Order: sequence, then C-alpha cells, then structure tokens
Amino acid sequence: MTDFAIELIGICKSFGPVAANRDVEMKVAKGSIHGIIGENGAGKSTLMSILYGYYQADSGTIRVGGRDTRIRNSQEAIRLGIGMVHQHFMLVDTFTVLENIVLGAEGGIFLKRGLSQAREHLKQLNQEYGLDVDPDAIVGKLGVGLQQRVEILKALYRGADVLILDEPTAVLTPQEADHLFRILRTLKEQGKTVILITHKLREVLDITDNVSVMRAGQMVGNVRTCDVDKAALADLMVGRKVNLQVEKLSREPGEVVLSVKDLHLKDHRGVGLLKGLNFEVRAGEIVGIAGVAGNGQSELLEVLAGMTEATSGEIKFKGQDLVRTKYRQPKAAALRKLGIAHVPEDRSREGLVKAFTTYENTILGYQCDSQFCNGLLYKRSHLVSHANALIQQFDIRPDNPLMRVGLMSGGNQQKVVLAREIHANPELLLIGQPTRGVDIGAIEFIHRRLVELRDAGKALLLVSVELEEIMALSDRILVMSGGEISGEVVGKDATASELGLLMGGGEIH
Amino acid sequence: MPRWAQLTILPALNLCAAMLVTGLVTWLIGENPLECLKLLIHGAFGYGEGIGYTLFYTTDFVFTGLAVATAFHAGLFNIGGEGQAYLAGLGITLTVFAFDKILPFWMLMPLCIIVAAIFGAAWALIPGWLQAKRGSHIVVTTIMFNFISYSLMLYLISHQLIEPGSQNPTTREFGANSWMPSMQHIGAAFGLDLPSTPLNATFFLSIVFCVLFYLVVWHSRWGYQLRTVGVNEHAARYAGMNVAKIIILAMCASGALAGLASVNELLGSTHRMNVDFTNGIGFVGVAVALMGRNHPVGIFLSALLFGALTQGGMDLSFAKPAITREMVWLIEGLIILFCGGLENLFEPFLAAFFRRRK
Repeated sequence: MTDFAIELIGICKSFGPVAANRDVEMKVAKGSIHGIIGENGAGKSTLMSILYGYYQADSGTIRVGGRDTRIRNSQEAIRLGIGMVHQHFMLVDTFTVLENIVLGAEGGIFLKRGLSQAREHLKQLNQEYGLDVDPDAIVGKLGVGLQQRVEILKALYRGADVLILDEPTAVLTPQEADHLFRILRTLKEQGKTVILITHKLREVLDITDNVSVMRAGQMVGNVRTCDVDKAALADLMVGRKVNLQVEKLSREPGEVVLSVKDLHLKDHRGVGLLKGLNFEVRAGEIVGIAGVAGNGQSELLEVLAGMTEATSGEIKFKGQDLVRTKYRQPKAAALRKLGIAHVPEDRSREGLVKAFTTYENTILGYQCDSQFCNGLLYKRSHLVSHANALIQQFDIRPDNPLMRVGLMSGGNQQKVVLAREIHANPELLLIGQPTRGVDIGAIEFIHRRLVELRDAGKALLLVSVELEEIMALSDRILVMSGGEISGEVVGKDATASELGLLMGGGEIH
Repeated sequence: MPRWAQLTILPALNLCAAMLVTGLVTWLIGENPLECLKLLIHGAFGYGEGIGYTLFYTTDFVFTGLAVATAFHAGLFNIGGEGQAYLAGLGITLTVFAFDKILPFWMLMPLCIIVAAIFGAAWALIPGWLQAKRGSHIVVTTIMFNFISYSLMLYLISHQLIEPGSQNPTTREFGANSWMPSMQHIGAAFGLDLPSTPLNATFFLSIVFCVLFYLVVWHSRWGYQLRTVGVNEHAARYAGMNVAKIIILAMCASGALAGLASVNELLGSTHRMNVDFTNGIGFVGVAVALMGRNHPVGIFLSALLFGALTQGGMDLSFAKPAITREMVWLIEGLIILFCGGLENLFEPFLAAFFRRRK
C-alpha cells in the first residue's frame, strides 16, 4: 500500500450560490509530483487554498500523513509541513534573500542571531537541492526565475514536506522552466511531495507522476500520467473534444497598416526600454512578438496604444505620423478613434474595471462614442442590449450584463475585453497575452476569433509569452530581447528551440 | 448574504450597537437611557418646531455628504468640506454686500447660489490640482486648507467685514432681498400654518441635488469616467481618460456642493455671516457619506439621522443638564465608529445566519 502525504475526502466549499468545490476526492502519494489541472474557475485554487488554510471547507476531511487534521490558517498548514509558492510572489523587493526567508520566522526580537542561524541552514538547503541562490542578493534585483527559487527556499526553510506550486511557469522562459523542473525532480528524489497546479498540458505530461483533473468544481479524473496523452487530458478538462490546432489558411498580406522606425523609449532614469525597433504590420496578417516577459513587449504595446510617449523614432499608422502629432484629447482616446484597438496584457489592471458590471465594461474606452452616448445621459437599456449582443456573440458566461465583471472567470473576463475591442472594428488590433489565465475551451474560441479578424483583412500585433500560441497564430514572429528585436522568423517554420534561443538574446547561425 | 440585508439589516445592527454603548455611558453618568432616548426622539421629531430644525440641519448634511461622496467616487477623500463651505460663505457675503441694494431677489438669489458654488469649488481646486499634478495627498492638503480658511475668515470677518460698531465678530445683516424663503412663508402661501424655524427652500434644493447626483454619477459620461478613475486609475488611462482633469473636476464639484451648505446657513437662517457658522458640518458630511455608502438615498437618510441627533441632542441637553453638548458629540462619534469604522463588525454573523437559513 502506498503512503499518502495528503488525502482530501469529500471536500465541499461554496461561495454564496456558487459551489467552487463539490465532493472533491484527491490522494497525493508521498514523494511524488502530483499535477492538478483544470480550466480557470474549475476550483483548483480554491481546493489548494483550503489545503493551505486560507479557506475552511464547508464539509469533508483533510488527512495529512494519514492523520485527520483541521487547517484553520496558513500557520497551521506550515506546522503540518505544507508550503506554498504563489503565482504572485510574496516577497519584499527591498530585502535581501536572507531577510525574506526569515520573514515571519525571525526567531527572537533581535535579528542578528536568527539571521546567522538562517544563513547556515540556507547554505545547507541550497546545496541539497541545487537551488543556487545568493543569500545576500536584493530580491528586487533578481530575475523572476530566481525570485521563484527564493519562494521555494522560503517554504523549505519552514520545513515544508509538501510543496504546492500555483502556475509556476507562467512567468518563466522555456529554459527557466526546465531549470525549475530539474529542481522539482531533485525535491522529489529527496522525498518531498510536490503539488503542481497548472493549465499547461505539456508540463503535466513532462514532469508529474499522477494527475488530477478538475472541472466545474468537481474532480473528474485521478490518473497516472503515463496512462494518458495530451488529447485525453484536454478532453477530460473541458468535457468535450477540443481542437488544439488553429485552422489557418495562408493569405497574402495587404498594404502596410503600421510601420515603426527606429523607435526608442527611455524610462525616467534614462534607462532604455525600447532600443531602436523597426518593423511593419500589414493588413491581413498576424505579427507575433515572442519574448520573456519584461523585455520591452509591454512598453511597446503601451507606446503603440498611446498610453506612453515614445522618446524618439517614428510610428506611422496608415501613413499618419503618431509620434509627432499633437492631440487635444488623451492620446489613447485619439488613437482609438483612428482605428487602433488594444487588448491590454493585464486585463484586470487595465482592460476592465472589476467593480463595474459587464455592460459598463463593454463601453470602457468607448464611453464618449456617439453610438453609446449622444445626449447628456447614457441610455441604460441601450447599453444593456448592446452588452447582451456581445454576450451572445462571444458566448460570455454568465450571460448577465448586470453582473459585476470581477465575479466572472478569467476566460470570460478576457472575452469581455476582446468582444469590446473587436466590436469596435479596428484597422489595427494590439493584443497582449490574449489567453493568460484563460481555460482551454476559451483559448480555442479566442484563437478562432483572432484568425477571423485577420482573414477579414485587419492587422494584428500579438504579444504573448506562450510560445505555442505565438507559433499557432502568427504569420511572422518577431522575438524581443532586452528592448531590441533579436530576430524574425516566419510563423509556419518556427520551432520552440529556435525561438527560445532568440529570446535569450542569442543569434541563429 | 443578499444585498437587501447588507443595505438594511447591517446598518440597523450597527446603529443599535452604537445606541447600546451610548445607553451604557448614559447609565454610567446616572441618567436613565430609555428616558433620554425618548427625549432625544421627541426633540427631533415630536413637535413641529423640532422637525423644522431637524430638517434644517439635514439640509446642511445632505450637501456636505454629497460633497464627500462626489470626491469619494473619484477615489479622493475630501476632508476639506468645512473650509470649502466657509469660503463659500465669503462668496455669498461679498455678493450680497455688492448687490443687495441693486438687484431684485430673483436675480440675486441664483447669483448667490452660483457664487457660493464657485467659491467652494475654487477652494477645492488647489488641493485637487496639487493631487492631480504633483501627487500631494488630498487628505493632507484639504486638512491644511481648512486651517488656512479658519485663519483667513477670522481675519476677514473680524477686521474687514465686521459690522461697524459691533462687538461681535459678525457682518451686518443681509438685505431681505437675499433671504431664502423660509418654510413658514412657503407654507403660508399654500394656506398651511407652519411653526417658525430656520428650515427654508434650500431643503428642496438639496433634494434636487440628490437626484442630480444620482443621474450624473451613474448615468452620465462624466460620472462613468469619475467612477472609473475612482476604482481603477490604470483602466482609466487605458480607456483614454484624462485622469488629472477628472480628479481636479471631481474636487471642484465636491467643493461646490459643500459650498451650497452655506446657502442654507447664511441665506436661509442667520442672514449674516458669523465667525463659526460652519460649526463642523463639513466633518459630519464625511460621516454622512460613509454611512450612506456614497449613494444619495443613503446620504439623505444618514443626513436625517445626524440632523435628528443634532436637534434632538440639543433638546436633550436642555432638559438634562448632565447630558452636555459633548455627550451628544460622543453619541455622534459612536455612530460614526460603528457605522463607518466597524462597518462590517456584524457581517460574518449575519452571513452565517443567512447561510444556515438556506
């Protein structure tokens, strides 16, 4: 009989009328890597939050190491040897690695003794698991991959035997992800148990021993990873057949819609963020921009959308100069009127107002448009029926225009943004991370919509950190690294390793 | 928890808790809490004059409450309602002094209202501009502007605008053509015999502004932008809104609303400007907006509550010397504490109750 590190039996949890977890069963074998996959809003995060003590289950039993337990808060979880690495790191940027690790476990009023003890312990952990982190580095100056390792160290320092990682690869390059997986394998060899929450099927297949699939709050499968393949997992997750391939006919691109020449952007300290970009986007093509997050893609989108002023260079939209023209209204509004729509990278920060209803969000950015408001006041019934039409066309759920957008799942929130921007019928659509945190079913839908737009002769500039997505959608791929374009590849010929190399700033010979 | 319960039961529970603690304090100083409560309610609603005074104070608080709420919807905490109302009083006084011998009532009155709004707005413009363009925190600047307005007004009233020969720091009486029609007069026109109170037509104006507030904030383009800036500045910038301009305008609107409270005080009641005519109404506005959840209906109801407390409290301290003016402030403070600071004290229990019932 196998030993189980964690057993969850009959876990139920509802938030108001929404059942986030219904009668969930899951067993995690000791010393294994266990994947949990599921669409957004399937209840993975809720389940892990229950295990880590953020929420209390309405009913059900949690067994840790074979013993029934109640976990009322995260301290109790830590005491039971459960550690968690969050998707958004919980680190103090201005502290050193060492200070961050002792945070909350300082061991006394005076820091000094605790710190020197921690340093010893840390050295040991560092060696044992090959984590390779400098304890005196300032966390804010470390790369994302290293910061993640600090989080792992933090959990191990607190004596975690079971490590929960929530979407750990969302922010990593393929190479960094590989490094992370090596670390996870070492952890497993040392007898630790790893629970990996993800929506990337490839990762689950690569690294896990067992996998649990969640759908709509229920556990729909607990399988051994070696018994399944990608298609089977995808079907389990969505509950129907999924087409992972994007159907796309080749198409001759038309005239140049956007042309960028020698574009520079410096931040307030004079550090170059964009260093002389040159490229074009034509009507009827999707140009993908690949790259590790933080290499200038976000800034490029903001400059093109008129939210940031370029330092120098030229941006022409259908022959019209966008850098030197002075606008009487905020530039973002002016460019929108010209026919540039923008799906921002961070939908919850920029693309949506979560506290607003769906119908209010469907006019964000177009709030002064005469089709919505031609008198002093909005006509609410008109806005609601407009929102209803978009909800129908984009299959947004729940189909209630009066509901707050913040209550929707990530995928549906993204559909709201996309519906709004596509409805504006732009000549140029700027899209950042169209499927970040979006479930497979919705990804398929969103991809199809983007290809439709391209086929209708619109120009699309796509920024994404998901290489598979870039490769599936783009006619041409530009790779950005350190604020420069480090290479251009034709979409259908691209391979992940080639792009990965360019993303690291390397050259193809 | 259903929304209706959140909007009704929760505030009621908070109010009860505040009353309970007040009762305890009253009992501790040797008075009968129930008797005091009866006196308080009678003082506020028990007779015609009391009701008149209650509604008069309510009018003040509706304006200052709406003022705070307007800024709040833009994510700004305007504590400067007091100073803005004070400066609006200066605007009114100057206008009246300049024109009360020349203009007829129907021209002078709208002019006074507009000038009051402009002066209030102007006094809020500077903190608004500093916030929008320089990032100076609005709470700090509005508090400082309150102090500046006290000193400025004290100087102006006691040295410049004082009635010649007067020992009191007060201006001369305004000409009767600048007086807001009192409710007694309006009632008389309809054949009603109303008691003589300071309640005047500004009360109707405050209700009009409640409706306007609702329409502008929730149904107009500007209100949409205001609320977007208030909850998500990044989204506002993404949507091409001029965030700085909206912040400045929101502060001006807020100051203008606070300024209108002075119309009620000066043109409706005292008919001259005293040094301390604002008497804390700007601060009560913060509590009113907080308790009314920045919605005009809520604001009206909580303004009524504070109006009743002010009037009933005064009657109470008259009848019971042990209950001083300070005691009434204590009650107000407790209500603010329970309804504002500890707003969600009972929420978990209530939520659990509704879960069990299902």
